[in-house]
Amino acid sequence: MTDAQVEREDILGTAAAWRDAGREVGLATVIATWGSSPRPVGSQLVVDGEGRFEGSVSGGCIEGAVIETAMGAMRSGQPKLLEFGVSDEQAWEVGLACGGTVRVYVEKVD
Amino acid sequence: MKRQTLDRLNADRAEKRPVALVTETASGAQWLVHADAETGAADLHGEVLRQARMALTDDRGTSTEVEGLSYFIQVHNPPLRLFIVGAVHITQALARIALLAGYAVTVIDPRRAFAEAERFPGLEVSSEWPDDVLTAAALDRRSAIVTLSHDPKIDDPALETVLKSEVFYIGSLGSKRTHGKRLARLQEKGFSGAEMARIHGPIGLDIGAKSPAEIAISIIAEITEARRARRDKAPAPGAA
Repeated sequence: MTDAQVEREDILGTAAAWRDAGREVGLATVIATWGSSPRPVGSQLVVDGEGRFEGSVSGGCIEGAVIETAMGAMRSGQPKLLEFGVSDEQAWEVGLACGGTVRVYVEKVD
Repeated sequence: MKRQTLDRLNADRAEKRPVALVTETASGAQWLVHADAETGAADLHGEVLRQARMALTDDRGTSTEVEGLSYFIQVHNPPLRLFIVGAVHITQALARIALLAGYAVTVIDPRRAFAEAERFPGLEVSSEWPDDVLTAAALDRRSAIVTLSHDPKIDDPALETVLKSEVFYIGSLGSKRTHGKRLARLQEKGFSGAEMARIHGPIGLDIGAKSPAEIAISIIAEITEARRARRDKAPAPGAA
């Protein structure tokens, strides 16, 4: 494998590998976007029980909130839908600077 | 996501089998849908199944609402393919950048000294004739081709093969003068102006690129434009 190949994202492969290693795993997926948004529909982020993560669902502005929600989903086993947009107070706090809106689906990987 | 679903999904991806993951976002229920059969989707609403198949064809994820339930359909298609004819210096840079951009890269050069696997670690390298390799590759709308050898004996047969296919991008290295001569040769072979207009030549976006790496950037930028910009301007999905 070349470095370049190693660098290529394989979020679902990482999710499986982390589960195999006994880590708790959560998965976040961009399922809709409106206006300008940094990452397209289908973009994913995988996170473990300690908050370590790979991938992205934005340019970095909402990852913190998404990771926190994912850790909650890991505990409860319940999936959750998140929406971030400029008109949204939550987005004001976490700051989706690009001015778009994204909807993110967060789930636990059993 | 159930572990079983994740493992099946990863197995399909490893085998380069197109698959759509359907998620009912309130309950978290999930189904895998293939072009021909579905796994565990016996209880999936027929309308959602139909839309999942359409998403597979369109190569684009989508959301839908059926009978009060919201579904997200995520398409996992095999990587886009890039075939590079001519294992030259630019090829070494282009192959690396294309890998980063998510392409499965094949380098073709019948000159064995050029197609040394050592120069392209981790890549599929073929020293067969390009027309043979490209014919066997079953080129499709998710394939792109770049000819860089600068040698008509190598580049021309490749172009003649891909012009008969549905690849989304064709680019050929060479100055305007070289490209003009190339078009004249192809015309003699019976290709029409409209067919030949598919070839990007001189290759790459005009960003004043000089070094092999810069030329590679201009080429991958032009391929990206062909893949994304024009498609987003296209009228209706499904027509593509």
